[in-house]
Amino acid sequence: MIHFVLLFSRQGKVRLTKWYSPYSQKERAKVIRELSGVILPRGPKLCNFVEWRGVKVVYKRYASLYFCMCIDSEDNELECLEIIHHYVQILDRYFGNVCELDLIFNFHKAYFILDEVLIAGELQESSKKSVARVIAAQDALVDAAKEQAASLSNIIAQATR
Amino acid sequence: MALSGMRGLSVFISDVRNCQNKEQERLRVDKELANIRTKFKHEKGLTPYEKKKYVWKMLYIYMLGYDVDFGHMETVALISAPKYAEKQVGNVGGKEFSESLAPDVQKLLISSSCRPLVRKKAALCLLRLYRKNADVVNVEGWSDRMAQLLDERDIGVLTAVMSLLVSLVANNPDGYWNCVSKCVKIIERLTRSQDIPQEYTYYGIPSPWLQVKTMRVLQYFPSIEDPNIRKSLFEVLQRILMGTDVVKNVNKNNASHAVLFEALSLVMHLDAEKDMMSQCVALLGKFIAVREPNIRYLGLENMTRMLLVADVQESIKRHQAQIITSLKDPDISIRRRSLDLLYGMCDVTNAKDIVEELLQYLTTADFAIREELALKAAILAEKFAPDLSWYVDVILQLIEKAGDFVSDDIWYRVVQFVTNNEDLQAYAAATARDYLDKPAVHETMVKVAGYLLGEYSHLLARRPGCSPREIFPIIHDKFPNVATSTKALLLSAYIKILMHSQPGDPELQKQVLSVFKKYETYLDAEVQQRAIEYFVLSQKGPSMVDIMAEMPKFPERQSALLKKAEDTDGDAAELSATKLRLQQQTSNAVVVVNQHSANGTSHPAPLSSVSSGTRNIDRGFLEQSQVGPQHNDVPVKAAGMVQSLTADLLGDLLAPLAIEAAPASVAATPTTAILPLEEPPVGPADPLALAVLDGNSSSVQPVGSTSDWFNALCKKDSGVLYEDPFIQIGIKGEWRGPQGRVVIFLGNKHTVALTSVRAIVLPPSHLRMQLPPVPELIPPRAQVQCPLDVLSLHASREVPVLDFSYNNSAVTVGSKLRLPVVMSKFLQPAPISSADFVAIWRSLAGPPNKLQEVVRGVNPMLISEMTELFNMFHICVSPGLDPNPNNIVAATTFFSESGATLCLVRVETDPADRTQLRLTVASTDASTTFELKEYIKEQLVDISSITANPATLGFTGPAAALAGLL
Repeated sequence: MIHFVLLFSRQGKVRLTKWYSPYSQKERAKVIRELSGVILPRGPKLCNFVEWRGVKVVYKRYASLYFCMCIDSEDNELECLEIIHHYVQILDRYFGNVCELDLIFNFHKAYFILDEVLIAGELQESSKKSVARVIAAQDALVDAAKEQAASLSNIIAQATR
Repeated sequence: MALSGMRGLSVFISDVRNCQNKEQERLRVDKELANIRTKFKHEKGLTPYEKKKYVWKMLYIYMLGYDVDFGHMETVALISAPKYAEKQVGNVGGKEFSESLAPDVQKLLISSSCRPLVRKKAALCLLRLYRKNADVVNVEGWSDRMAQLLDERDIGVLTAVMSLLVSLVANNPDGYWNCVSKCVKIIERLTRSQDIPQEYTYYGIPSPWLQVKTMRVLQYFPSIEDPNIRKSLFEVLQRILMGTDVVKNVNKNNASHAVLFEALSLVMHLDAEKDMMSQCVALLGKFIAVREPNIRYLGLENMTRMLLVADVQESIKRHQAQIITSLKDPDISIRRRSLDLLYGMCDVTNAKDIVEELLQYLTTADFAIREELALKAAILAEKFAPDLSWYVDVILQLIEKAGDFVSDDIWYRVVQFVTNNEDLQAYAAATARDYLDKPAVHETMVKVAGYLLGEYSHLLARRPGCSPREIFPIIHDKFPNVATSTKALLLSAYIKILMHSQPGDPELQKQVLSVFKKYETYLDAEVQQRAIEYFVLSQKGPSMVDIMAEMPKFPERQSALLKKAEDTDGDAAELSATKLRLQQQTSNAVVVVNQHSANGTSHPAPLSSVSSGTRNIDRGFLEQSQVGPQHNDVPVKAAGMVQSLTADLLGDLLAPLAIEAAPASVAATPTTAILPLEEPPVGPADPLALAVLDGNSSSVQPVGSTSDWFNALCKKDSGVLYEDPFIQIGIKGEWRGPQGRVVIFLGNKHTVALTSVRAIVLPPSHLRMQLPPVPELIPPRAQVQCPLDVLSLHASREVPVLDFSYNNSAVTVGSKLRLPVVMSKFLQPAPISSADFVAIWRSLAGPPNKLQEVVRGVNPMLISEMTELFNMFHICVSPGLDPNPNNIVAATTFFSESGATLCLVRVETDPADRTQLRLTVASTDASTTFELKEYIKEQLVDISSITANPATLGFTGPAAALAGLL
């Protein structure tokens, strides 16, 4: 299974994290720190796998972004590598030539899409079309209910006034 | 509208916020919860808006830290609500309540009316729940459901279901046999691209993920026997192995190789025919030579896994050169893999090459990998050394090249090795001396060299530049720059060197003594103590010789390095490789060759000639200097030391063999060596031979009385259990409460190896004991140690029987011996005050807890003798407690698994007739009382009367049964 997904930039800025195994806040910070330290210095011609603390991290660099997924040491590394690519392709279709800025400003969309690709650390859907359909439907729901969705913050604001 | 609409919620929140204290807040929350509860219960027709409001309230209450134990269903209902706002609420709440969802999720998954989107989420949700709590899935009914689910046509759902199945099968392969054929069908369908929608192909490959997962599921089944399924599966695998080409597109290549590598692991798992295996090795050989780093990495990784499968070692060896090249790859991941592979593929034939390659690499290797590298090189060198001096060379080189990365275990091990192999000692000392000459010497090297030269430099004394007077300054040169612990070790080396230079070299003595003198005021207590003690000791003259004798041999044990390699290594394949190796050692008993060595020859002065103060020092010395090589065994050795000081010198035959060179070895030598030569076997003449449970008619007879040996061992913890011209069996026991550890020593006295050695323990019902398998063969003059753990379950006088046999190249000799695991071993003296004794004695009024018997035919003895006998059995006599001087009052504690039982004993003797007495035993446990009474009676009754009339006493238990049968 995939234990976590991590996206960080060339400068080590974290862009997205998703944890499928329990990690405390402290551990999460440590994982991010250590892994960016291990992965960022690696040259372009090395393999895409890093052995780290008894597990394996499969990573791939797209432009300025590193996509990392942590799997068990006996899992299939190439399969995971292609899950990363699969996810990137879906992002690319959704945003149209996805770039780091898309993920910064629409990070919630990146999470939504990831949730449609992976659940419980396993691949949920390998059809890009199918994911695109679901995301589109969700977007429609969001648009329809945008006003209502804002209600909670209004309520709390009113209550605390 | 939204604002006014949620009025109830905002009122509630402001109410809670306005609460003055915690108590008020709780009241308000309770009121609200009660309100929501009644709402949910009574008013069926809640509007979606109301439902939403109440779930929000519950969520708010939950966030405040209160328990919310209802409303789960309402939340779930909201998830499926039609409007987004409601759905969102449901999802937020749903997470908290997921535990009770499993049945609903299962329903969703198997219902055919649900949308695929929901069903695949349900499958993975169930997987998540299953990981958290395996009870959510009941194998019985669920395996059929899983099989049905595998007929699913929607690839998305099937992928999710397959992920679930991987987890289910991994935990319980037996429950899901019915899924095997379906999985094979799926993989067939995928590889043939039958009926795969366009959107589920990835670069033209039919869902590589589903292929990988399906093959993964198949690997969790122990084996696939059905010939038809096997056949079609192998066809598919063959097609994947052969039909995967390298293509330009990276992603397509990755995807197809993901499938290929999964197929490879499946082939390995299925234990395919030989030519398919060699096809796999050939393929992997190709992979480890390609430029693409991912493929090379995986090639190496899978080759390591492949090593676990039999018969491929030779074909993998052909790629050794290529693997060594990968050891220098710029990528650390690849270097790690190739190191692992080299470690795994190493055996006697290629050890020299591989280890030397590792050593060479050590100087350039990066820090991240050095420690592992050093450890592995050390293990391989030890395991496959073509000759021992090479092993010493390797380790010393290792320390020289990567001292910082050589853990202490490594040098401890080399010291153990050198100590146990005499022919190596001079060589090791000379080599170590050479290393000390180099300009920069690592501290670890100083330690090894200091230790080895301290122990063995006298062996070099005739060589040029190696006299004690020359060696000392070479070592002492390093002294100022080393850590305190090393200083302490060096001090021990100095006194040993000084001792070996006897007859004294005044110049050397002056130098050494001045060092000791100087460090008498050193800040560190350990160094200070040693300096003072050695200074005093060195004034003692000849008595020092014994104390500073060479270290005795170490009992063999599993290399601490191997353990360490297992512990530190997280990699599964590596781990199993080590484990596999370990499994090849079928027995944990170990053979120690050449036990009777020059080690214990010269001990003219027993320890008692040294003043009592120096015993302490001596012990301190032994312990300290063993801290290095013996670090995990010091307590045992210290215990052995104490014992050898106190125990019967003649009886403690085994101490010099297993524990240390105590003076007893002087006594031991004649028994073992001379007796068989000079004395004819006395067995048949011995009237007590009856007690030997010796059932066969072999001509080999014990050289003494087994029952005498047995009786002696009942009173002490170590000694000989059995001896004949070929074998000597010794026992050494340690007892702590209800537990005991008995080491059985099987020593071959003969010059020919003993074969077909067999030893089985037949335990009586009140003891739990397990003897590990003993090695089949005992080499000439070697000794085998078999540890035996004993646990007492309840009181009984029965004793276990050791059934052993061996073949001495002429005849098979066998015997059944009683093991001295008698009741007294589980007794501990209990000193008790007179008031306590009387109180307890009175509270235990009569049978069955208090038993009394008049014993006749007692072996006449004085009260003082009887007291001594009682004390020997750990029954603590309290003199003066009984006013009558002819009575004995004693107390002891019996230990068993269920706890300790205090037992009180009273013996009333008749000074006029010493052959009879009245025995009373009391304890809180009736059976313990009875057994202890009988046990004491057996000990008191005249031994000769037993001989005359064995039936009167009789042996109980299996021993007796066997005796009767034979």
